[in-house]
Amino acid sequence: MEHQSHITLPKGSIEKTTTTLNIGPTHPATHGVFQNIMEVDGERVVSTEQTVGYIHRAFEKLAERRPLYQITPITDRLNYCSSPINNMGWHITCERFLNLTLPKRVDYLRVIIMELARISDHLICNSIVGVDTGAYTGFLYVMQYRELIYEIYEEVCGSRLTTNIGRIGGFERNFTNTAFTKLEKFLNEYPKVLREFENLFARNRIFMDRTQGTGGISAERALNYGFTGPNLRATGVDYDVRVQQPYSSYQDFDFKVPVGTTGDNYDRFLVRNAEMYESISIIKQAYQKIQNFKGAEAEVYHADVPEYYLPKKEDVYTKMEALIWHFKIIMGEIDLPKGQIYSAVEGGNGELGFYLISDGGRTPFRLHFRRPCFIYYQAFEELIKGGMLSDAVVTMSSLNLIAGELDA
Amino acid sequence: MALTNETIQNKLIEKFGDQVLNFSTASGILSFESPKELNLKVLQYLYEEPILGFTFLTDLCGVNYPDNTGAELVVVYHLHNFSENIRLRFSVSTPIDETAVFTASKLFESANWMERETYDFFGINFIGHPNLKRILNVDEMDYFPLRKQYPLEDQTRIDKDDEMFGRG
Repeated sequence: MEHQSHITLPKGSIEKTTTTLNIGPTHPATHGVFQNIMEVDGERVVSTEQTVGYIHRAFEKLAERRPLYQITPITDRLNYCSSPINNMGWHITCERFLNLTLPKRVDYLRVIIMELARISDHLICNSIVGVDTGAYTGFLYVMQYRELIYEIYEEVCGSRLTTNIGRIGGFERNFTNTAFTKLEKFLNEYPKVLREFENLFARNRIFMDRTQGTGGISAERALNYGFTGPNLRATGVDYDVRVQQPYSSYQDFDFKVPVGTTGDNYDRFLVRNAEMYESISIIKQAYQKIQNFKGAEAEVYHADVPEYYLPKKEDVYTKMEALIWHFKIIMGEIDLPKGQIYSAVEGGNGELGFYLISDGGRTPFRLHFRRPCFIYYQAFEELIKGGMLSDAVVTMSSLNLIAGELDA
Repeated sequence: MALTNETIQNKLIEKFGDQVLNFSTASGILSFESPKELNLKVLQYLYEEPILGFTFLTDLCGVNYPDNTGAELVVVYHLHNFSENIRLRFSVSTPIDETAVFTASKLFESANWMERETYDFFGINFIGHPNLKRILNVDEMDYFPLRKQYPLEDQTRIDKDDEMFGRG
């Protein structure tokens, strides 16, 4: 038999030196569904095309027929690792639009919940980076503290992941003593655990080799790509909505905005870790401030805005007027004022903006969500180009992409 | 000298005259409009003029006003000057049957996907865009779902087969 040294291609075909690799659509843990069509040369990534939209649910269209309160559960499903921030971002947008002022205690309670949400969000992201670099222990270890955070949510609003927490004007109920006890437990135990978690990774040779110098971006490019949040701060730009446009009385708190230098995976990890320490410090300050309220002030958990704040449940079940108000508020029988507003909060992974246009009807005329994930995921190709395929995986998890937010 | 909304407005009027119009301030953000042919010139001026420095595109989205004949579709840009910490809203409008608007993706990389999203939902044709195709919806879709001509299903309709919806 004649030995054939080379495969003869059919006439007219083009010989390719790279391989097309279809990654996904997969469901990598909690991040959601992603697909990447990559062009790889050996193990090096030449180019990639991201496909998004697998869990697109048309939130912006849905919102056009929903009164304000019915939009809150939609916002849960954006970044579901930190839904309370989205809920409160939406309520803050409504309050700004309706010109409501809130008592300080409500603001501080909100700050506690939002910072807990930030911790749980960063915790997932950083521990998943660990998993993708081969260290599963950290992930399993910190999960029990995410669980504790979820128990605090549960104590406040009754649910855990898609929280639908709070009301326009405050909270649905005052924090119970159990909630505060759990918060104290968290504040006592978590810093130690976080320190341990950091020790597992930050100076770990394998982890450093895998993350340093991979997935990096310069500050200038990051700004041009519309990066916000920890990913932007890892490049050295200290932009934080909590500082630049304080909401919910963030100006009353003393905290640092940690920044990195190179914007690579390692810096993103460090920035998120440092932010968790800052969050703990903010929660401690807020808890201290709450304990300083005395008398009637110490029981305030919502603003006095009967047009938008739902009446108490026991009244709804027993009193006619409360029932009518409940119905009117939920069904949006109170027309909104005309106008438009852009309002942003610092979400788990960047500036989460709500652009609300009202034509004076019961529902928004148009509601647009500025989803940080969606905007910075475009840079993925630039981040991983020329790198190894396995680094692309780490880069993806260190960007903290949440498909719910990406696809809206 | 801190940058104020008045300064921005005066600079813009000085440069573009009566081509920039409808200035208003709502909840602290200055908003204005311009003819759609000028959108890139205005964005570039805001970007490059040293004292303005709006180098960050926060958000780009479309809006459909079906009753504004001749200007049914609007593209809204939210810009941000980080060092002065000031936001700006700029919009251009286009008729629904002639939806060409210049792309901002050469100036801002971030506009790439945001414009694709706006195309996907409103059918605004961004001239010069490197890869203008649907992003969140399926490629086969032949309409632009966020336009107001496509209402959501009537919640009170009764012609549905209840059994199919678990209500039988």
